[in-house]
Amino acid sequence: MFSLDLLLNAIVAGVLLGGFYAAVSLGISVTFGLLDVVNIAHPVFVILGAYTAFVLNNAYGLDPLLASLLFVPLFFVIGIGVYQVYYLSFEKKGESSLRGLVFFFGLLFIVEVALLLKFGVDYRLVEAPYIGRSFQIGEVGIAYRLLVPFLVGILMTAAIALFLSRTFYGRAAMGVAQDALALRLMGVDPVRIKTIVFGLGIATASVAGALLIIISPVEPSIGRAYIGRVFAITVLGGLGSIGGTLAAAVILGVAESLTSTFSGPSWSLAVSFGILLLVLAVRPAGLFGR
Amino acid sequence: MAEPLLRVDGVVKRFGGFQALGGVSLEVREGERFGLIGPNGSGKTTLISCISGTLRNDGGRIFFRGRDITRMPAHQRTREGIARTFQIPRPFGSMSVVENLRITLEYAARDRAAPDGLAEAMDILRMVGLDAKAGVVSSRLTQIEMRKLELARAMAAKPALLISDEAMAGLSSSEVDDLLAILFRLNEAGTTVIMIEHIMRAVMRFSERIAVLDAGEKIAEGPPAMIVSDKAVERAYLGE
Amino acid sequence: MRGRWLLILAALLLAGAIVVTRTVDNRYVYFAGYGILQYVVLATAWNILGGYTGYVNFGTGGFFALGVYTSVFLIRAVKAPLPVQIVAAGLVAGLLGLGIGYLTLRLRGTFFSISTLALAVVLETIMVNWEYVGGARGTSVIRPAPMVPFDNYPSFLFVVMTLLALGAVATAWLIEHSKIGRGFAAIRDNEEAAECMGVPTLRLKLLATTVSGALMGVAGAPFPYYLTFVDPVSTFNLSYAVNSLAMPMVGGTTSWLGPVIGAILLGTVQQLATVTISSELNLLLVGLVLVAFVVLAPEGILGLVRRLARRGPA
Repeated sequence: MFSLDLLLNAIVAGVLLGGFYAAVSLGISVTFGLLDVVNIAHPVFVILGAYTAFVLNNAYGLDPLLASLLFVPLFFVIGIGVYQVYYLSFEKKGESSLRGLVFFFGLLFIVEVALLLKFGVDYRLVEAPYIGRSFQIGEVGIAYRLLVPFLVGILMTAAIALFLSRTFYGRAAMGVAQDALALRLMGVDPVRIKTIVFGLGIATASVAGALLIIISPVEPSIGRAYIGRVFAITVLGGLGSIGGTLAAAVILGVAESLTSTFSGPSWSLAVSFGILLLVLAVRPAGLFGR
Repeated sequence: MAEPLLRVDGVVKRFGGFQALGGVSLEVREGERFGLIGPNGSGKTTLISCISGTLRNDGGRIFFRGRDITRMPAHQRTREGIARTFQIPRPFGSMSVVENLRITLEYAARDRAAPDGLAEAMDILRMVGLDAKAGVVSSRLTQIEMRKLELARAMAAKPALLISDEAMAGLSSSEVDDLLAILFRLNEAGTTVIMIEHIMRAVMRFSERIAVLDAGEKIAEGPPAMIVSDKAVERAYLGE
Repeated sequence: MRGRWLLILAALLLAGAIVVTRTVDNRYVYFAGYGILQYVVLATAWNILGGYTGYVNFGTGGFFALGVYTSVFLIRAVKAPLPVQIVAAGLVAGLLGLGIGYLTLRLRGTFFSISTLALAVVLETIMVNWEYVGGARGTSVIRPAPMVPFDNYPSFLFVVMTLLALGAVATAWLIEHSKIGRGFAAIRDNEEAAECMGVPTLRLKLLATTVSGALMGVAGAPFPYYLTFVDPVSTFNLSYAVNSLAMPMVGGTTSWLGPVIGAILLGTVQQLATVTISSELNLLLVGLVLVAFVVLAPEGILGLVRRLARRGPA
């Protein structure tokens, strides 16, 4: 029952999965961690990204990653639009963030059902030369469909981290949560910063969606399973810490992989929920939180 | 020597890496009028938040009537007799003025309130001059009216100790005198009052003793005349 | 509205429901009526936490399903009668509310809300894996004979649900007009100030989540006998989550009347719509209505009426 091979493979798969989870969580880490906007609809935008990649892949044979990159500008614009509505309806009026939550929930719902109407409940998948192939390192098998999302996930994390620390907009974004007034005194419009950052968060969903459908087939309702995962990762990693998000994503990935291998795949969802509750109960600031 | 009503013993409070209070100690006697001043960011509001229980202090202890209340939740401290106002008023926006007071009377003053809550509430409103607006939804009040509601609501807790946090900021001279008169009357009736203010003439006139905070430390304490001539205080406010 | 008049109205409604079962033969009326009344309970339950204290529960489906599966378990294990199922469902779901509240309510409201969403997914996973109550394939349930004055089970369930709906609304009304309800409102308006004014906020929030969860479980208890077939897909249907949010939002969240209005309005429209449009399209429309209301008219119909009344006759 228990073998070292199995354990090793589970851990490696978990680490690779973690890279992908980081890609999915980046959007939340940025919008929740920096802007304090609880966009629970983020996972459904990832699903949307998966479907847009699917459509182009199905129709033109375009590589899913490439397809998602083409859609990034559109997702950015969608993100800006969504934030505008959110800001004007709730944040500007100083409404309790719970109304905003309901708004995002409604959004989540609408997009999921719209996808259901358009594509039905069948699982959709993409074709690409690297999907379905794998290579061995000793006793450990590494599937390309896990490796590619892992690598892209790491790249995305690094890119976002660089953006936040090196560029003007990025640094302004880091500061906007703490000191909007200081930004205004410097002539920077905090709302503009937040809008751009939110747009960026949704833009990452496009790429994350492609990674999702590379790993496994999708259908509209799987987004909901990711809400628990994404927030568990963001909370565990610590709000506002991009590096923390990556670390937490890998931890969750490994935990889920081990659970799935030794207790059965259907229990892996409970893992993220368990981690979320544990972190909230013991150390709400997470591993690297401010 | 009688036990002081409030004893703050080496209270420390940190926010992440930033230390807001670095071990502040003071005592307030029963029936006293105590002033708390200091430049912006010196930790005054943080200190009273720790006293009222809104924040948990990271170090030190707080005693009220000789009991250690450091671990006591805020709502219980209010029931014990400590009430505070908020710098930026926080009315219960969906409720009318008198309904705002009803909450405090029903919950905080449960053991001290007379059976006819409405009469008591109206008395308090009359004292602050809001009785005409008793039925008005509190989100529609003017700034000064909201300040008065803050005060009235805290008074409805029938506290032994009332902490007023910059209730007079931005008010006109006569409005300041209004509020000052209310606080004097409260004190005459037996309530101990801690006043945090930037309006110096109000603090100087009102307080029997004043403590001065700067960057989370207490740098001076004594009667107003002494504070006014204290060099450390001058430096804190005007810089080197 | 004065309490005494409402009590009389409630008695009349109950009597009316019983009379309907003696006179109307069309089974569809009972099914549709049951569905709408079920939503009255769910919307009212949601609002006790969401509308009164301001803490949003996204996992109504989970609590409802817990009630359903508690009934299934009791039917399987001890052939428990319906009243026992109802009480048990309420207890179990109430405990869940208490538990999740205890774990997450000391933190921000958003963490509570996210946890309810994750909770619903986890509960579904558990039920899918639990063979005793049917697992993924589901299980059939055989109805017992209906109680004496009723000659068919659907009409009996219709009256039962009427009773439960009246009970739920009565609970909401009692809370609203009590010191506890005022405490809830203080928490909603400004939790920090409420705590400082002596309101034991954590205790009250736990009470709200427990009562709210319990009522949701109670709504689910008669479900197995209603459908005679229980499976995770139909029980954890997303429509419960979105409707129990949309109905109070549409009707108005600050009073017991809001969820009732929203449930009757949206519930009736949906019952009529399912005959003509697909259930997915129906759900999409509910989602759109929800977003429209939360953005444009967050105070719901009651709020709009109140605003019109203030402006006076045209």
